Amino acid sequence: MPGKLKAKIVAGRHLPVMDRASDLTDAFVEVKFGNTTFKTDVFPKSLNPQWNSEWFKFEVDDEDLQDEPLQITVLDHDTYSANDAIGKVYIDIDPLLSCEAATVISGWLPIYDTIHGIRGEINVLVKVDLFNDLNRFRQSSCGVKFFCTTSIPRCYRVALVHGFVEELVVNEDPEYQWIDRIRTPRASNEARQRLISLMSGELQRKIGLKVLEMGGNAVVGYLQCFDLEGESGLVVRAIGTACTLDKLSPGTAPNTTTHTNTHTLPNTAPTSNACNSPSKDSKEPVFSEDPPHSLSGPPTPLRTLPSSSPPPFSPSKPCSRQSSSSDTDLSLTPRIGMGSGGSVGKEAGPLKTLLRQHTQSALEQREFPIFTLTCFPPGFLVHVGGVVSTRSVKLLDRIHNPDEPETRDAWWEEIRQEIKSHAKALGCHAVVGYSESTSICEEVCILSASGTAAMLNPRFMREGCLDTGGSDHRLSRQPHPGMVGSERGEGEVSSTWLGFEDASPPSCGFVHIPYDEFNMPFPAQLTYCYHCRRQKVPDVLFTTIDLPAEAEVTGKGCLIQARLCRTKKKAQGEVNATSISNLLPFMEYELHTQLMNKLKLRSMNALFGLRIQISVGENMLLGLASATGVYLSALPAPGGIQIAGKTPSDLSYDQHISTMQKRIDDTIAKNKELYNIHPPKLFTLDPEAFTGLNTECIEEVVGSPIPDRQRSSRLFRSTSESSDELSELDLSHGKKDAFVLEIDDTDAVEDIQSLLTDAPIPAGFYSCNTEVMPGIHNWTSGLQMFTSVRVYRLSNANLTNQGLNKIFTDLCENLLKSLYFKLRSMIPCCLCHLNFTVAVPEEELIQVAVTAVAMSFDKETQQAADKALTRGSGENEEQLQFSMELCGESTISNNQPTAKPSGVPESAMVHSSRAPSVDYGSFADRCSTWLELLRLKAHTIRRGSVKTISSSERCSPLPEGRSRSLRSTRSLPCGAPVTVVKMTPLSFLPGTRIVKYLGIINMFFIRETTSLREEGGVSGFLHSFIAEVFAMVRAHVAALGGNALVSYSMKECVFMENPNKNQAQCLINVSGDAVIFIRESDQEAIPPLLTSRQTSSTGADGTT
Amino acid sequence: MSVELDVFVGNTTIMDEEVYQFWLDGYTVNDAVKVRMEGGVLEECEASAEVLRSDTMDQYRTFQMCERLLHSPAKLANQLLFQIPPHRQAMLIERYYTFDGVFVREVLGKKLSKGTKKDLDDVSAKTGVTLKSCRRQFDNFKRVFKVVEELKGPLVENIRQHFLLSDKLARDYAAIVFFANNRFETGKKKLHYLTFQDFAFCAGQLIIVHCNHSRVLMRPALIGKEFLQDLKELKILITDKDLLDQHKSLVCTALRGKTKAFNEMEANFKNLSRGLVNIAAKLTNTKDVRDFFIDLVEKFIEPCRSDKWTAGDMRLYLTHYTNSAHILDTFKHQVVWDRYMGVIKSCILKMYHD
Repeated sequence: MPGKLKAKIVAGRHLPVMDRASDLTDAFVEVKFGNTTFKTDVFPKSLNPQWNSEWFKFEVDDEDLQDEPLQITVLDHDTYSANDAIGKVYIDIDPLLSCEAATVISGWLPIYDTIHGIRGEINVLVKVDLFNDLNRFRQSSCGVKFFCTTSIPRCYRVALVHGFVEELVVNEDPEYQWIDRIRTPRASNEARQRLISLMSGELQRKIGLKVLEMGGNAVVGYLQCFDLEGESGLVVRAIGTACTLDKLSPGTAPNTTTHTNTHTLPNTAPTSNACNSPSKDSKEPVFSEDPPHSLSGPPTPLRTLPSSSPPPFSPSKPCSRQSSSSDTDLSLTPRIGMGSGGSVGKEAGPLKTLLRQHTQSALEQREFPIFTLTCFPPGFLVHVGGVVSTRSVKLLDRIHNPDEPETRDAWWEEIRQEIKSHAKALGCHAVVGYSESTSICEEVCILSASGTAAMLNPRFMREGCLDTGGSDHRLSRQPHPGMVGSERGEGEVSSTWLGFEDASPPSCGFVHIPYDEFNMPFPAQLTYCYHCRRQKVPDVLFTTIDLPAEAEVTGKGCLIQARLCRTKKKAQGEVNATSISNLLPFMEYELHTQLMNKLKLRSMNALFGLRIQISVGENMLLGLASATGVYLSALPAPGGIQIAGKTPSDLSYDQHISTMQKRIDDTIAKNKELYNIHPPKLFTLDPEAFTGLNTECIEEVVGSPIPDRQRSSRLFRSTSESSDELSELDLSHGKKDAFVLEIDDTDAVEDIQSLLTDAPIPAGFYSCNTEVMPGIHNWTSGLQMFTSVRVYRLSNANLTNQGLNKIFTDLCENLLKSLYFKLRSMIPCCLCHLNFTVAVPEEELIQVAVTAVAMSFDKETQQAADKALTRGSGENEEQLQFSMELCGESTISNNQPTAKPSGVPESAMVHSSRAPSVDYGSFADRCSTWLELLRLKAHTIRRGSVKTISSSERCSPLPEGRSRSLRSTRSLPCGAPVTVVKMTPLSFLPGTRIVKYLGIINMFFIRETTSLREEGGVSGFLHSFIAEVFAMVRAHVAALGGNALVSYSMKECVFMENPNKNQAQCLINVSGDAVIFIRESDQEAIPPLLTSRQTSSTGADGTT
Repeated sequence: MSVELDVFVGNTTIMDEEVYQFWLDGYTVNDAVKVRMEGGVLEECEASAEVLRSDTMDQYRTFQMCERLLHSPAKLANQLLFQIPPHRQAMLIERYYTFDGVFVREVLGKKLSKGTKKDLDDVSAKTGVTLKSCRRQFDNFKRVFKVVEELKGPLVENIRQHFLLSDKLARDYAAIVFFANNRFETGKKKLHYLTFQDFAFCAGQLIIVHCNHSRVLMRPALIGKEFLQDLKELKILITDKDLLDQHKSLVCTALRGKTKAFNEMEANFKNLSRGLVNIAAKLTNTKDVRDFFIDLVEKFIEPCRSDKWTAGDMRLYLTHYTNSAHILDTFKHQVVWDRYMGVIKSCILKMYHD
């Protein structure tokens, strides 16, 4: 009996009227766990009953605690007939099982009915007493923490990354059981909800067991999915990354200061660059295996294909194993990787073996060196090869024995092997940013997996690396997004100090090719890295991960989408599956071409967060690729797009082409302006001219209103290395690498048209599908998470591919336009983590669902902050080499001027106090502790100065913001009825600090109606359902004691309608991490350290 | 190709105040889209008509879903379905309960019954307020009436607490409820010149500030049981000939030379005094209460207006008329008189305009 679950039913409110005669309700509650049920008394004639029940105690196995939800049913007592159910609440006990998560669930939870929706609320208290079970053969895995977040959760540090965990459970779908014919829709829905809840509990427990076996204590990047396979059953599967996480107590930060103090080395300066640090140089030999000279630019002339594009018909493509013996295993796995294409699965050769050996050993024993993380501690990612992806078409059959889900397991295993071999072909030993998905139509199922081939730093994976002690601390915290400049330093600190042979300069290292230059897996155009000029880089890089914090980006990024529709003939069984698998490679190729074109059109050279979704319908396939394009400073500038006609003799044709060419060129120029892409021209032959250019640039940086601080820091670097590195510069890069589009048929014309018709983003908006937008730092607390769903009916049944493409593109574009319009009040703002999901629910329907978060930012202060940082970093570089004390002072003095001017425009704004706190916050959230100390000091000083310098400022922005935030934290005791719960698909909330993770939220709801018209039609029905789902998620987060849900995602939104019968049904699955956050501005008031310092620092301030 | 389904749900419910007003005003989605297009949102945001339509539909749906909650505003604060910041909640409620002056003028004093509701299409045609909006406003009146009817304590405060309205709006609702309860006649042609605000002011004057139960509370202030008899006693001012003459001479002495309308005042004194005192006596009869305003206009305001009294004349006259009664040694009902005249004076002054 290792656990005791206790529940208390306090009260209900807003109950529906169940007795028409009295307009009242006689409510009571059944509390059920496992097979035990308790009941409260009937509270007669009230819509706001006060049960105040005793504690109901369930003594149960911890295994059951993990699997089962606590089920609370509210009923209306009826003396003569059967009691009517009002609705139910399922409570996931899991967050209470980990000592670090929530301790009690307490609060108002919506009572939900699958037919009527939310019907009032119930106030409950749930607690768990857990007795430790140390049995080696136990089946439970209590205490393993789960995170949806695909990065190391803030407020934890990672000690070890163990690797990939996966599990899958199958069952019959209650909706398709025989009994469903005789039971009510409500009973069937509830059976389904309950089953899925049980299955996810079981799945989580099993994954937990695997984690414990591996020696870990947490799963990060936990991704759970449902496959509703219809007749053949229900599959719940999950993947994640097992880690050992250590909690950072809030107090550790100041303590560790002393610890890290001791190694304030010259090269720990935030901006000290990799190339000129002596410790780096000593390691160079590792790489000098690279040939000292390169073929200056591969001799391949103009290419019609992008370098890293997969040849559509790769010779190595595994042939479809259409085994006639069993139609269950009809599989065809076109190997399609954005860069894995022509690989022959060959080891990359003798180069870099040293590095590989390090990691190989760590990874080799693993079956799948796969990681679901998309964001990594600095230094974790060594090189990135490119995207690897695999799809496989399967025919579903009934799952005969739910206890042995071998078929499905085997399918995924096969896919992961494929992924692994793709990665190998790219010279990588691991796959990061990995995810899996399915698309099911009738009995055909497309299994997809994609990730990014990468070389990882083995330090995080080897056992016994913990002895480096506090240094690991650095890896713990997520770098603040956008804090690129100093982040770089950080990565280096850890690497040098640890004595680990870091492979390459951290800021550009990840773009260096991991594969063998002479034995490239696919044709690519390599150049020397534009940043360090030592290593080779590809001309374009596609990845599924988030932009690494250390990456240097020029300008801003933007969302790039490729959309594609392909009709197919209706067919059954194998024929259908074969035709689908034949279509897939073409679709992938075309999507890829579109992406590449659009990337060039925006004059960018890398894609992050690439996600390609292919959905199958009865008579068409939909393909949607979304990614965030950026200009990586380390990669070569993309050439333009050149249009070549086929019949150059025709004059009008020529003219047509030239106008088109002009339009394209104009668009590129406009986009450059829009995204602020002005890469510095680094290629000058003369060293003197080079330095001259340098200083010029610096001046420009200081003077220009929108300086790119990364650029400036880079320029500093280049000065230092200019003298001897120049000879190695690859000078061959001119305009010649323009991307050629040949117009030889109508298709190509179509392509170009579609390329140009992408509507421009309205002014003030940015969009991306990664965590944050590169180039934007000053997020305000303005935040709006939303979900938008659209279903289009194709009126014309026999549409051509082109027609469909147009419709699909318009659909996505219009949806985006609508979003921009809706959110216009948040300008300037960025739509982050834009996640599109497409589906073909019925023959002529296309469904698009979008979830994203709109975050507003400050334009004014952004510039100020940029300026501050450019200056700050410049000075730091020199001064940090002295004692810490000194450099602390210098940072402060550097930043002081910015704090003042930024305060002026602020006063006009509402959320004004955030401005300084954010620019500091970004500074602060970085890893190292001594910087933390600096920040604290800086804060006090700055605040002190505000007080002394101008008293008028005191009454304007700061107090206002503070009182606001105070109010929000105090809201509970004040008796504010509903806690505000923020939701975001990102792993953080700008301007805040997550202090506690309360557990994973993973909820599955079904809603059905038989009165569709009365509920406002399909839109009304879905609108209220989504609102209800949000409400329930918020309520559960609040009941856990949280005030936000991060890493939120809506994984499933299956909508079915039958307007003729006035019916509709919808299934939604959502998940995320419940957290408690505090505002940065509140937090700064906490440490007592601050007050003691205040006096001294104000004094110091007076002198400066 | 047609959009079959189109929804947008934000974690914080997005509401456009402009669209909300269109919805409240009973515009159809199409009309609202048209007006919005003319308003120039499109150019501002580079959107298309389609986008605007989708947005409007979405907002309308949200408002419809919210409407149930707005019926008991206290629920809006602790419901879980929509996450709306408090200041937005206050805006939603206030706007929802705001009514059109022209509309309320039509139903003021009418019984808030189904019959009246059936006639709303006429009201709509007459006032130009859409039927939908009329219905909402009428239902609001009815809802407030129903709730405060059952409550103890001060009327305005009850309304404010129960419906979370601003003080001004709560007072207006108190007036509406008060008029409906007493069925004051306000529709006669002679009363047409009076605005709702005139009536609301008078209602404010008439409503008793505190009472045990609002059933009583919603009667005019002057009908408290203890006053019933006393009000009748005031009749002595017009029935006793000596007292009437004495009163007249006192007032005339005080007014002489101070106003141009003196002669008319002197000539009309007895009629006017009779008018006012009779109204007081009539108040004791519940049935006659509803004629309060029409009486006031017919018996007092109209005669004065035809004699071209200015507002200043009126004030002067009423002041002296009230004060002079104190000097009458045989007149014993000073307290009632003061209370009565205090109310009547401010009502008349408010109502005395074109």
